[in-house]
Amino acid sequence: MTTWPILSVTTFLPLVGALIVYLSRGDDEAARRNSRWIALWTTLITFAVSVILVMRFDPANPDFQFVEKANWLATGITYHMGVDGISLPLVILTTAVMPFCIIASWKAITSRVREYMMAFLILETLMVGTFSALDLVLFYLFFEGGLIPMFLIIGVWGGPRRVYASFKFFLYTLLGSVLMLLAIMALYWNGGTTDIPTLMHTAVPRSLQTWAWLAFFASFAVKMPMWPVHTWLPDAHVEAPTAGSVVLAAILLKMGGYGFLRFSLPMFPLASHDFAPLIFTLSVIAIIYTSLVALMQEDMKKLIAYSSVAHMGFVTMGIFAGTMQGVAGGVFQMISHGIVSGALFLCVGVVYDRLHTRQIAAYGGLVNRMPLYAMTFMVFTMANVGLPGTSGFVGEFMTLLGTFKVSLPTAFFATSGVILSAAYALWLYRKIVFGALVKPSLMSMKDLTLRECLTLFPMIALTILFGVWPKPVLDMSAASVQQLVNNYNTAVTAVKAAALLQ
Amino acid sequence: MSFSTAGYQLAPALPELVLAVGAMALLMLGAYRGQGTTRTVTSLAVVLLIVVGALVYMQPAGKQVTFGGSFIVDDFARFMKILAVIGSAVTLILSTEFLSDPSRRIFEYSILVLLSTLGMMVLISAGDLISLYLGLELMSLALYVVAASNRDNAKSTEAGLKYFVLGALSSGMLLYGASLVYGFTGTVSFTGIAAAATVSNIGLIFGLVFLLVGLCFKVSAVPFHMWTPDVYEGAPTPVTAFFASAPKVAALAVFTRVTLTAFPGIVSQWQQILVFVSIASMALGSFAAIGQSNIKRLMAYSSIGHMGFALVGLASGTVEGAQGVLMYIVIYVAMTLGSFSIILAMKRNGQAVEQISDFAGLSRTNPLLAFMFAMLLFSLAGIPPLAGFFAKWYVFVAAIKANLFTLAVIGVLTSVVGAYYYLAIVKTMYFDEPAGQVDPVRIEVKTVLAVAGVFNILFALFAGPVVSVASAAAKSLF
Repeated sequence: MTTWPILSVTTFLPLVGALIVYLSRGDDEAARRNSRWIALWTTLITFAVSVILVMRFDPANPDFQFVEKANWLATGITYHMGVDGISLPLVILTTAVMPFCIIASWKAITSRVREYMMAFLILETLMVGTFSALDLVLFYLFFEGGLIPMFLIIGVWGGPRRVYASFKFFLYTLLGSVLMLLAIMALYWNGGTTDIPTLMHTAVPRSLQTWAWLAFFASFAVKMPMWPVHTWLPDAHVEAPTAGSVVLAAILLKMGGYGFLRFSLPMFPLASHDFAPLIFTLSVIAIIYTSLVALMQEDMKKLIAYSSVAHMGFVTMGIFAGTMQGVAGGVFQMISHGIVSGALFLCVGVVYDRLHTRQIAAYGGLVNRMPLYAMTFMVFTMANVGLPGTSGFVGEFMTLLGTFKVSLPTAFFATSGVILSAAYALWLYRKIVFGALVKPSLMSMKDLTLRECLTLFPMIALTILFGVWPKPVLDMSAASVQQLVNNYNTAVTAVKAAALLQ
Repeated sequence: MSFSTAGYQLAPALPELVLAVGAMALLMLGAYRGQGTTRTVTSLAVVLLIVVGALVYMQPAGKQVTFGGSFIVDDFARFMKILAVIGSAVTLILSTEFLSDPSRRIFEYSILVLLSTLGMMVLISAGDLISLYLGLELMSLALYVVAASNRDNAKSTEAGLKYFVLGALSSGMLLYGASLVYGFTGTVSFTGIAAAATVSNIGLIFGLVFLLVGLCFKVSAVPFHMWTPDVYEGAPTPVTAFFASAPKVAALAVFTRVTLTAFPGIVSQWQQILVFVSIASMALGSFAAIGQSNIKRLMAYSSIGHMGFALVGLASGTVEGAQGVLMYIVIYVAMTLGSFSIILAMKRNGQAVEQISDFAGLSRTNPLLAFMFAMLLFSLAGIPPLAGFFAKWYVFVAAIKANLFTLAVIGVLTSVVGAYYYLAIVKTMYFDEPAGQVDPVRIEVKTVLAVAGVFNILFALFAGPVVSVASAAAKSLF
């Protein structure tokens, strides 16, 4: 087996693509077409490389694989990359979603195409890097660096309130992250290194655990986003261009969940255990409250944004249940939500490109003119509801199952969220697709084009495939999740036993 | 090499001597050949600075002391001197356009910058209060004149005068503090003071406070920052770039040396002062900048804030803290020179524009300039993976180790506030409609911008060696 740094190649290939786009000068139509094609090919090649990762990945090994290590800053801060069963699915999700984003922007973006494609490619590097960094400083670099391209994507190519939304997005996220930065520093002095695998096996004093947990929580809760710090998300989603929303929903939100899994649970098991009730409460509030809010929305994107917050509630709940089913379900739910919510935003983009409004009231009866679209939209609506047979069901069911063993009230209230999600999702679907086609502006709507089919149909296939056969994702993550859960439970029971002895 | 005078080795001070002699020679050249030589003098001054920088670089590693302990050359001094020399040289390069205007062909400008740089180098190497004061005054007196170098402009004259009056006041306070310290310890040398100042003594602390006031004035830390916005706005832009870079290096260097080598016995006394000063600077730098519409004024508040961040490292009073200060100042100088070269590049129809609204839509009229500036602004805000992040990392990591949690938390929170106004400029450049074409950028400004911009964007790649050098320099103080 060759030993080329496959993970670094996956990470930095998009950056190379961005450079090539930059070098392709000119501002005429040909130059625009060029940058689109370069971006598409870059994302496709990156995806192909990441498929090699999957093929060479050993799912039985719970530790980090494809590890690369090089000197970087002096004293314990290194360039350290690697993936395990928790991060690899997210890496693949990222590389898989990006080509769709590029295709979705093919016609929708007409101004400053070159910069747009560069921003997306740079963003891809930073996102893949976030999931594969094994050094806290390196992680922070990728995690926080992603703010810059996303800020520009929302601000330059966004809707009418783009300035407000982009500032809110940037400052909210930054505020959470700087506190995490201080916690990273404290961990650095505690362990003498920022190497993540080493820190996972370094004992952290209880008081530091509490503070560091809270600091990491500040960052990931904003990113996730959890109630009550979720308010930036609807604004960002509504104003961002379609592909921006897709990236935001499908990948950027997953960084929060990934952070909880990678840092909070393994490094601060005691604090995680102590704060689990807080997480459960916030998750349940998120699930119920944001579902109710979603019911009241008049803007399609906003509705889906609120539903994202609710679905992320299931993820946090599952993760902090600390059971095998809960954590594995959390990972699965992240992947599933990545596909489903990304696809839902693409569906909104389809009609938005035609009518340039996202008001639910402006639509109705689309099934008459757009049968293909109606069918596509239905699959994703059902997946969003969590209908058995779609990927949405598996994730929600597993997280609920995992939580049920730990906290009955949490599971009970969270389950009611499933009903609410059915309410708002079906309501949205009925308003837009069903009914008579009376509005004159809708009379000339055309059904899905080939390009749109190309983006949506693979996602339908994945949604249903993972719904009936979730094994590939679950198998990939099983060993790592098992190890994570075991270590967590060992740490917690050790402290409980010690407390009993006293 | 062993030439000496009155029993003192001169080799450690060789770069300073070369600079002094060179500056005199250029002064003669200018005085005898008239104003027509401005261009030649400026070019030769840059060459001279490069030579001096090379001489500093070639000095043997380790600590050398001469003039009876008044003059110290250690890794720390060499590091800071090279940085100050680079700052001055780059400013001179950026000044060529300013000096090419027929009404402003003043060759004295370059001489004054050279003399000021000489003052900085003496200041950085100061081993006692006397050489500290000598260096400080040489640096400042030249700066006062440079600030007013645009003679026919009322604002420039006002800036020079204001800087002079307030600077004289602060020098007086510093001198008063120095005399008190001398009175209570019986010595002016830093090592002597360190040996005597092991217990806190009210008179000594009074002296220390006045000393710190003088130094705070020079680094423009709150509450002695009032001169900064006016001087930054009033002085010609290349001069402002100079003020924001090299003198800050020297002042921060002497600040670090005095606190760490002269008063290591009473850390707790000056630590609380520094904690307050840095919190106040960071907060004022962040909040007051929000309302600014002039880019130079904004940069003034930004530099106040940045000095606050740099002092966070110093407040921890440890090797890591000193290393943080060094890292911060390197990156700060690069970011500042880059930003000012962009401000210098902003011209419409030959007229310099300084309002933030003039940057509107720059991303379409001059994409590369806008991109570089955006990256510099994100870097100033401390967003990774740009250089500014590493600057903040090294000062705050020191503060965390020294258990200054309140300081660290307030610091990072103000950096979020600060991010707002940097973002507002990015917004103006990227989200707003263009406000008109910009003139082509001059080659020397382009070069400076390219170097500073690349340093800023790719810093993560070569951060390792910089960290090792800074770490060695910091250790030489302890």
